[in-house]
Amino acid sequence: MLRVDKLKIANLPPLSFEVADGECMGIEGRSGSGKTRLARALADLEPAHGHIFVNGAERLETPPTEWRRLVRYVSAEPGWWSDTAREAFPVAAASQKALQRLLASLDIAPGLLDRPVSLLSTGERQRLALARALIDDPPVLILDEPTSALDPRTTALVEELLRYRLLSGCSILLISHDRAQIDRLSDLRLQLAPLHEAEAGGAGAS
Amino acid sequence: MTYVSLDVAHLALAATLILINGAVSWAFALGLGRTLFINATRMTIQLALIGFVLNWIFEQTSPLWTVALALIMVLVAGYEIVSRLSRRPKGIEVYLLGSGTLLVVGTFATVFTVAGLIGPDPWYQPRYVLPVLGMVLGNAMTGIALTASTLLETAARERPAIEARLSLGADRFTAMAATLRLALKTGLMPILNAMAASGVVSLPGMMTGQILAGLDPIEATKYQIMIMFVIAGATALGVVIAGYATVLLITDARHRLRLDRLHPPSKV
Repeated sequence: MLRVDKLKIANLPPLSFEVADGECMGIEGRSGSGKTRLARALADLEPAHGHIFVNGAERLETPPTEWRRLVRYVSAEPGWWSDTAREAFPVAAASQKALQRLLASLDIAPGLLDRPVSLLSTGERQRLALARALIDDPPVLILDEPTSALDPRTTALVEELLRYRLLSGCSILLISHDRAQIDRLSDLRLQLAPLHEAEAGGAGAS
Repeated sequence: MTYVSLDVAHLALAATLILINGAVSWAFALGLGRTLFINATRMTIQLALIGFVLNWIFEQTSPLWTVALALIMVLVAGYEIVSRLSRRPKGIEVYLLGSGTLLVVGTFATVFTVAGLIGPDPWYQPRYVLPVLGMVLGNAMTGIALTASTLLETAARERPAIEARLSLGADRFTAMAATLRLALKTGLMPILNAMAASGVVSLPGMMTGQILAGLDPIEATKYQIMIMFVIAGATALGVVIAGYATVLLITDARHRLRLDRLHPPSKV
């Protein structure tokens, strides 16, 4: 379970919410309303005041590397640090079977793992980034526009995979511009609107 | 094999060659006349001044004056490192990074060379300490500036990849390993190239100076080989210290990449 207590991000009011095990929360808001900054703050990738708990463990009392295994953030434009995607996945023989299953469920041919990342399509990279984030079964998942580069068929595959994760107890925070997708997946939703939006001319954080 | 002294008349004669520079600037309308005049004057005054300062320090018996000049050299070189960074970190720490690294590396390499290798009595004579320190600082400075600069620029460019690794649970050194390796490699290139080219393409300054001063070329070469090894070692040490320090500077204890600690890119 994810619990957020008075988390302060940029010009948003302090945020407090809970996402139970197996629940999906959709996060909506215009570009610049702070969706991505909220996601980054939850994964502790940028400083923010306030408390965040996962199954009782508080963010700042948990080692950062451990925290990001609990709260897994998948950015809208995932980066790659090696020539092939293979190096992003664990090598242990035991996890190879899980990896095969995971890739199959996202319709990724196993051969793609050894092709240079720069030659893959945006959609292939997006699904591989999701796979590398899911391989160690994090309890909380934060997805920033996870299907922005996918066609309807692969989008459906991703949504099916997310539903399966929800059933097995994962908490998911879903940032999406696709209202219908949030309707399909989420149990609750968070609408972000910066304070004094009218006065500030809608100038939010990037 | 004698040393030939120059007097002011010789220097005045040499200064006429600077007129070639003036002529080029005038003929091609480069507009460099003013800069040329100021820089040539500046060079003359700076060198004359350091000549008198060294002359004075050499006459002092207290090594404190040597230490004082050495510290000034370290501080100026540290400042120069920071001024060569295209993405400059905010705050005072980056100056500490530059000068601190140079202080460690400079002290180590100079004491090792003068006390351990050359071994004059007493070993801390400014005549030996200051030139060796100067050569170590000059080269380490170039390496450190390149390493820090490469690391900061690459970290800014590779932010998605670095943060992807952090998101997947890597610590800051693992997440920045590829960036650090590139930065270290870049910082070490000049000294590696210098070693390859020295003696063939270029005659190193110290060796040339010793030969002009009347020293046997074989002896001058031995000194030059020694100093090249010292410089290479000192640069390697400095580059590694500065590389890790720069990683610490742009990450925090929560293993976040803190590009907000950098000033916006300067327009060069």
